Amino acid sequence: MDTREPVIVIEDLCKTFGNNVVLDHFNLTLYRGENLVVLGKSGSGKSVLIKCIIGLLRPDSGRIEVLGENVPDLNYHDLDLLRAKVGFLFQSNALYDSMTVRENLEFPLRRHWLQVEQKEVDMMVMEVLEHVGLAHTVDMMPAELSGGMRKRIALARTLILKPAIMLYDEPTTGLDPITGMEIIELIKQVQQQYQTSALVISHDMVLAETASERIAMLIEGKCYATGPYAELKTSTDPKIQAFFI
Amino acid sequence: MARFTARFFREAFHPRYEFSELIRQCFIIGYKSLSLVGLTAFIMGLVLTMQLRPSMVRYGVEAEIPAMVGISIIREIGPIITALIFAGKIGSSIGAELGSMRVTEQIDAMEVSGTNPFKYLVVTRTVAATLMLPVLVILADAIALYGSYLGVNIYEILSFKLFYTLVIDNLGYYDVIPAIIKTFFFGFAVGIVGCFKGYYSSKGTEGVGRSANSAVVMASVFIFILDLLAVQITELVWNL
Ligand SMILES: Nc1ncnc2c1ncn2[C@@H]1O[C@H](COP(=O)(O)OP(=O)(O)OP(=O)(O)O)[C@@H](O)[C@H]1O
Ligand SMILES: [Mg+2]
Repeated sequence: MDTREPVIVIEDLCKTFGNNVVLDHFNLTLYRGENLVVLGKSGSGKSVLIKCIIGLLRPDSGRIEVLGENVPDLNYHDLDLLRAKVGFLFQSNALYDSMTVRENLEFPLRRHWLQVEQKEVDMMVMEVLEHVGLAHTVDMMPAELSGGMRKRIALARTLILKPAIMLYDEPTTGLDPITGMEIIELIKQVQQQYQTSALVISHDMVLAETASERIAMLIEGKCYATGPYAELKTSTDPKIQAFFI
Repeated sequence: MARFTARFFREAFHPRYEFSELIRQCFIIGYKSLSLVGLTAFIMGLVLTMQLRPSMVRYGVEAEIPAMVGISIIREIGPIITALIFAGKIGSSIGAELGSMRVTEQIDAMEVSGTNPFKYLVVTRTVAATLMLPVLVILADAIALYGSYLGVNIYEILSFKLFYTLVIDNLGYYDVIPAIIKTFFFGFAVGIVGCFKGYYSSKGTEGVGRSANSAVVMASVFIFILDLLAVQITELVWNL
């Protein structure tokens, strides 16, 4: 077993919408400093899983321990404190389109850290923007940016709080392969530079191969298999093989 | 919808208060509707005067035109027309804005950024709409009366001062105060309906259009219902 300290522990997570059983006794552990990719088909409940982790959706039952706290039990205030330590990259980026890039980046800073000087804010904004290579877009509106740029700005917005855990919801979906590669490089770089643990949700095999230490397969609401890419690739189970063709 | 309104009151009176966003919304909401409200109010006053004139002349009471127009504008036409324009302009824009924020997960993003989206988006916009509509109505009343003054002057010479005196002398608190009070409720209806429709917008881009559209329809219906209630309540209260 892994000797590293777990940062996210999910036990027997269940979530249904009406008659639609999305997650059915799902179990998963994310260890400190690790990049874990959760693979699953479209509509298999990947976004639902990640939204349960951050507390946007309430699970029907099960435990979700993030940094030692059970998310469904937290009150609004404690949940906010926890969310300041967890970065979430939305599938649709979710940039505020009425705000400039600068205001988008300032928003989580000002909201989570109430007392912070403008000079410091400006510095941090420029620092993360340079990190994602988009310092020149600081005064542009999100609508003026390309899809890949928007993804990088959204990533910068979550990085600005220097989170201990990053949750990525399909970071490469909808991007061309080259831009996708750039995002993958960025994810790896983030992990090394900020020492974050990352949970990446995807159905992109390139991402799973290049950016993961471990893969978990979400099939029919359960964590069907986990293991390194190479190990799963040689599996003879047809449900696992289906991902590799 | 009732639960949404109850939640509004629960959240509106608890910290943290989003004052700077509230001020910004007041400015946006007021400024956005200003020119449209002004233009329609002016035409309304002018046309109303010109339309009334033939009948008034027939009965030989054209001297009563300012009083008559003043009463109709202040008591009913000013508030209701302004509120309906407000519903069309602001109700739809709130519905569309929150709707698109919902479908592109911006509302979720706010929530994970340490912000209560209900307070930040819904409470501020609803309060701003409640506060700004009365201001717009007072402005619209004034502009409509000016339009009416010009309408009178097409046919006869009447000094502005005299026109003004004729209007004011005919107005009592009974005419003005209930008319202003009801506009707060109209504004509230526009704000809360727009937010409700946007906040629970269904997925997809056509959901956004539907939110904006049904926000206008529902808000307009509410305005008429509230107007009807206002007449009844005013009479009741005044006769106590
Ligand atoms: N708020 C909701 N209400 C009802 N059903 C929902 C809701 N959110 C998700 N679902 C259902 O849960 C299932 C999983 O959705 P989810 O968005 O997690 O898929 P996904 O794995 O992220 O797919 P994709 O790769 O397309 O993003 C779908 O069948 C969807 O209909
Ligand atoms: Mg998804």
